[in-house]
Amino acid sequence: MSKDIVNLEVDGVAVQGRKGQMIMEVTDAVDAYVPRFCYHEKLSVAANCRMCLVEVEKAPKPLPACATPIMEGMKVHTRSPKAIAAQKATMEFLLINHPLDCPICDQGGECELQDLAMGFGRDAARFTERKRVVKDKNLGPLVSTDMTRCIHCTRCVRFTAEIAGLQELGTLGRGEDMQIGTWVEKSVEHELSGNIIDLCPVGALNSKPFRYQGRAWEMVQQALVSPHDSTGSNLYGHVRRGRLMRVVPRANEAINETWIADRDRFSYEGIYAADRLERPLVRERGVLVPTDWQAALEAAARGLRDALDRGADRCGMLSLPTATTEELWLLARLARGLGVANIDHRLRQRDFRDQAADPVFPGLGVPIAELEAQDAMLIVGCDLRQEAPVLAHRVRKAALRNRARIAFINPAEFPYLFPVAGYRSVAAAALAAELASVGRAVAEAAGQPVPAVFAAAAIPDAGQRAAAAALLTGSRRLVLLGGLAERHPAYADLRALAAGIAALAGATLGYLPGGANAAGAALAGVLPHREAGGRASAARGRDAGAMLAGGLDAYLLFGGLEPAQDSSYPEGEAALAQARFVLALTPYAPESLRRHAHVLLPVGTFAETSGTFVNLEGRWQTFTAAAALVGESRPGWKVLRVLGNLLNLNAFDYESSEDVRAEIERELGVLCGQAADTAYHGSWQLQGPLPGRLHDLGIYQTDPIVRRAPALQQAQAAARPAAAY
Amino acid sequence: MSEASGVLPGAVLSEHTRHEIDHWVAKFPAGRQRSAVIAALRAAQHQNRGHLTAELMDAVAAYLQLPPIQVYEVASFYSMFETRPVGRRHVSVCTNISCMLRGADKIVEHIERRLGVKTGESTADGEFYLKREEECLAACNNAPMMMIDHVYYENLTPDKVDRVLERLK
Repeated sequence: MSKDIVNLEVDGVAVQGRKGQMIMEVTDAVDAYVPRFCYHEKLSVAANCRMCLVEVEKAPKPLPACATPIMEGMKVHTRSPKAIAAQKATMEFLLINHPLDCPICDQGGECELQDLAMGFGRDAARFTERKRVVKDKNLGPLVSTDMTRCIHCTRCVRFTAEIAGLQELGTLGRGEDMQIGTWVEKSVEHELSGNIIDLCPVGALNSKPFRYQGRAWEMVQQALVSPHDSTGSNLYGHVRRGRLMRVVPRANEAINETWIADRDRFSYEGIYAADRLERPLVRERGVLVPTDWQAALEAAARGLRDALDRGADRCGMLSLPTATTEELWLLARLARGLGVANIDHRLRQRDFRDQAADPVFPGLGVPIAELEAQDAMLIVGCDLRQEAPVLAHRVRKAALRNRARIAFINPAEFPYLFPVAGYRSVAAAALAAELASVGRAVAEAAGQPVPAVFAAAAIPDAGQRAAAAALLTGSRRLVLLGGLAERHPAYADLRALAAGIAALAGATLGYLPGGANAAGAALAGVLPHREAGGRASAARGRDAGAMLAGGLDAYLLFGGLEPAQDSSYPEGEAALAQARFVLALTPYAPESLRRHAHVLLPVGTFAETSGTFVNLEGRWQTFTAAAALVGESRPGWKVLRVLGNLLNLNAFDYESSEDVRAEIERELGVLCGQAADTAYHGSWQLQGPLPGRLHDLGIYQTDPIVRRAPALQQAQAAARPAAAY
Repeated sequence: MSEASGVLPGAVLSEHTRHEIDHWVAKFPAGRQRSAVIAALRAAQHQNRGHLTAELMDAVAAYLQLPPIQVYEVASFYSMFETRPVGRRHVSVCTNISCMLRGADKIVEHIERRLGVKTGESTADGEFYLKREEECLAACNNAPMMMIDHVYYENLTPDKVDRVLERLK
């Protein structure tokens, strides 16, 4: 038996633990519940609430289970009279200053203090003195505060310091006057800060948008998956009478642990935006008229048929990468069934020259959980905290706990909250040259001949050599291409160079694709050059950029996409304006769609439709519809199915989204649930940049739902001006 | 780390204060500059004639490369740091058990009358600040006692207090 095993006894039962574990970890492992407030398995041990006092034989006083290391032969009693007396005494002290406002407290019904007061509290208070009152703090538009309720567990403080990496909250003053706060009035700004709402064991920190909106026991909990980034964070939607009232994290150690981004948590408000489309609209003599589904679907089918008569090559279909795999599958089937090769979801990509070398679907290259075990990373063209806040946390863990050497090559200095081995901020136009020099430095440091792809590279400077040296640390190495690289006018070159660096360093090449279901879209064949599963398509269609440049007669837009907002091609608005027929399947009716579309069919958002997202690990996550559809809107897959029927396509009779998924699984076979093969099979030929600039994307501008969430739009992070590099 | 605070420490902290902070930072292992917060705040408070401002605390945070909140925490915790404008000379009378038994309460009353302020207040001319409370300063053998700007005055009587305050004016 290993020396690391410790034998002890919990409530008379022999148990084993690892050396260095605390009593709490062992009692949790054997389901001997010890009450706690300040202890949280993801945070450091503070041992300041004293609720977890347990009796340990031969110890003169009860000991805090969260901060007492286990020892050989220890006998722990979690429910002995001495332990219970200590826990009850702690509870009495905690309740001294806690207000009795549970009836008006949003935490009521899901409150750790309330629950434990039931078990450990006295039925009447012996405290007759004045209770203390603490002024509420304004922490911004996302988190509401009722600081009198605070029991000073400091979970929120430890979260901002340890998990977010940007300590925004602190313990101010001392003794009776101690408060949790920011001292100077300021909002909590970090993109994960909404998690302090879940961490708060009492009603001191709550969701501001959800304030006074509902009670925990009125709502039904439904599993959801985040539609805002390709991480695929697991969520719970809390639904009351069909309406999504709030979103909280669903723990999944493999993906998001217990955290979610503020974008995932507060975007639900956008589902019920004022411009939500509730009825089908059809343009009659230039005016959009509300109509019934039958007439609208017929108008849509008629419009598509007319357009097809003028030539299928003059039709284009575009979808947001946030649609479900089922919707994307049916869209691709619809397009190919009608002979339309112009279909794409890569709305923000500018450079498609090397698309033949794309992986079957873009992926991270390693499982998310293994990000934190990497030894070295080179992150290229990526505003990590903006693009995937939960992954940024994993990378931060790699840097802090695994001492991974992480270097960035970006068009600007984006804030990061961990030590980095090097940060290269160069003009967008110089990114390729920078990468080439770093590649040359990697070759020289590794003692290998400089590959042809780096032939034109300038002699590396000290910073480039440092970045190269950093990547050659350890054995688990990753070169990651982010969203800015994907949107760069010389993406093909950046990728060839990054792949060259990865090959030299023996690193994995990974992608951080934009859009929650970019992987699903690629697998479903919503691409002009590929059909489902990555098969080359018979007829090569136009990519998103070519379609939005204009010249098509008819467009089908899926998911509420607006070219000015959701693509790198604002000129797409003009393309839609000159088209003879625009069909929009959309949850929203924004001004631009009202101006350009001839038929608008209302479809449900991610929360109102069943479906599957494939995340950047290739993980398939199926969810059911959580909320009721708004107005007369219908799930997107149903609308596409009926369109297929009306256009007389074969085998378009699906009963449910499960039917569609079953078909996808049949067709894709082993590709389902498999991680992406991200190895580069391109030409290694540098081609120089295409015209156009690289545009930044605000953290709360990523998709139509987030853009419509008022609380997020008021957050300081939303105010950062959108830059062009 | 990229921690933007917007305050340029060099523009707020005097050269002497920065030297003092450097002196203390050098006493701790590299990367443990947080340990020097108390000393840095003390220097900053001296520079500002007896109290700290948000700007000074931000400057200390920027100089030590700490999140500002970690400096606010320390400044608000210790009774030796004043985070609001107070008089230049900090008068603290010990009122713990030994001094109390030897008449400290009368000394406090006398100072309040003489300066025309209550504990926790400063005189209108900004010269004296009578601190609200002071814990035992380990001079029980010569109780009652008070401390003004780190100098001990022991075996106090009202007359002696008058002489001390007169001299300091």
